[in-house]
Amino acid sequence: MIKTEKVTYSYSEETEDIKFVLNGIDIEIKKGEFVAILGHNGCGKSTLAKLFNGLFLPAGGNVYVSGKNTKSTEEYWNIRQMVGMVFQNPDNQIVATVVEEDVAFAPENLGVPAEEIRRRVDDALKAVDMYEYRHHAPHLLSGGQKQRIAIAGAIAMRPECIVFDEPTAMLDPKGRKEVMAAIEKLREEGITIVLITHYMDEAVKADRVIVMDDGKIVMEDTPKNVFSQVKMLKGLGLDVPQVTELAYLLNKSGIPVKNDILTVDECTEEIMKFLQSDKGKAEN
Amino acid sequence: MLSDITLGQYFPIDSPLHKLDPRTKILSLIAIIVAIFLAGSKISYAVCSVFILGVILMSGVPFKMYFKSLKPIWFVILFTAVLNMFLTQGEIVYVFGIKTYIKYEGIYLAIKMAIRLVLLILVSSALTYTTSPIALTDGVESLLKPLSKIGFPAHELAMMMSIAIRFIPTLIEETEKIIKAQKARGGGFDSGSLIKKVKALIPMLIPLFVSAFRRADDLAFAMEARCYRGGANRTRLKQIHYKKADFFAAAIVVLFLGIMIAISFFGV
Repeated sequence: MIKTEKVTYSYSEETEDIKFVLNGIDIEIKKGEFVAILGHNGCGKSTLAKLFNGLFLPAGGNVYVSGKNTKSTEEYWNIRQMVGMVFQNPDNQIVATVVEEDVAFAPENLGVPAEEIRRRVDDALKAVDMYEYRHHAPHLLSGGQKQRIAIAGAIAMRPECIVFDEPTAMLDPKGRKEVMAAIEKLREEGITIVLITHYMDEAVKADRVIVMDDGKIVMEDTPKNVFSQVKMLKGLGLDVPQVTELAYLLNKSGIPVKNDILTVDECTEEIMKFLQSDKGKAEN
Repeated sequence: MLSDITLGQYFPIDSPLHKLDPRTKILSLIAIIVAIFLAGSKISYAVCSVFILGVILMSGVPFKMYFKSLKPIWFVILFTAVLNMFLTQGEIVYVFGIKTYIKYEGIYLAIKMAIRLVLLILVSSALTYTTSPIALTDGVESLLKPLSKIGFPAHELAMMMSIAIRFIPTLIEETEKIIKAQKARGGGFDSGSLIKKVKALIPMLIPLFVSAFRRADDLAFAMEARCYRGGANRTRLKQIHYKKADFFAAAIVVLFLGIMIAISFFGV
């Protein structure tokens, strides 16, 4: 679906003493996959996101979307239509004063006929559970609701992939839950998802986790394998999910639990297992 | 507090005027304004007033709202009326101190001008009360579209208008937040002399501008990501169509304008 080859990017135009934000990124994202990208602030993950649909063009290397180079001017709009984007601040990506008009913005730009726009808008709003709010003014909605509208706005383009650039960073816990539910629903429908996030419990749900540091990829594996390396993640200034950290600390103090635990259920199961084992009983 | 303002003055009810195409309403407003300026004689003012009373009744918006729309300009009306009363040459009715006279012609002109201003405000309010801001921008865009052939940015203008309307509540919210934040740091906005008050606005305006520019940047990316490329080949979710009622309304307005032209031409 999306493939990057030795991509570099820099915000400065100077040729001497150039500082690259991205430094040789090679990623391949398959169709239907759910990839999470982690990294602390300023590691280049938002820049990378903007390269995925040609908002930025790489300084060196190439980005391909469905085999099409983002640098080719003829494919410009096709690529943007194929790869939708949802940004961090819900307020700054809503264009219109009525919910349904905003969701219609992308299909209107694509020149879709009016009846088809109607259908797409209704489908998209139903997909994020915001259909009953279609006549509301966006500024009166909650953060989670606004962000779901932004997602509907991306869905209405009928993209194959949606890139989420920290979609939950400005939301309260309730809004985060709503947005994550919407993302998982899209994943079930077979849309490729790239989720850039700060929250480890969101990254846990991905098929694959990519960890970035200083414009480079430092880890790339399943959530289980990535989060079991607690020490390395902490070294990169990242957190691990709370339960994973608990398991790690238990392990460190000599209690034998698995160290690739990602969910609360897994954790309780492991601890129960230990408590019922001979060693656990002896220590009690 | 400030964030629950309604956008524009739109009064959302269902009336024959609400249902009209925004383009019909905008063009009618222009025609009616021309007609009001044509009015000269007592009869023509009477015709105008009756017509506009009809428009107000048709709009279904309560009279109270129309009175509210006159509030900000009653001073202007009074001021021009007084000036007209004193400064017009003619037959002296009343001597008011040294070299100040009230003349018959002055009173007549003052009343005429006051009626004219009131009528203008009322009929413009009828447009904004019955048309939502979105419909209004759509109407403006559609009316200006022929001009885009000679390079006039009709779509861009309408887009700018609707984005400005969209961000008014957001920026008001932001302003409130900044005021609270500055107050928490000891900044005062409502005490001291006028100069002090104006100076106190600076720490509010600078963060507001910075954040507005940042928002604009974000919005540009979001619009580009959603394939925005100007007005060319753009379709609309809600197309505006002229209906039978629009032709009917237009016919009435044209008839009215015709009568007004006839009155002023034959000097009735």
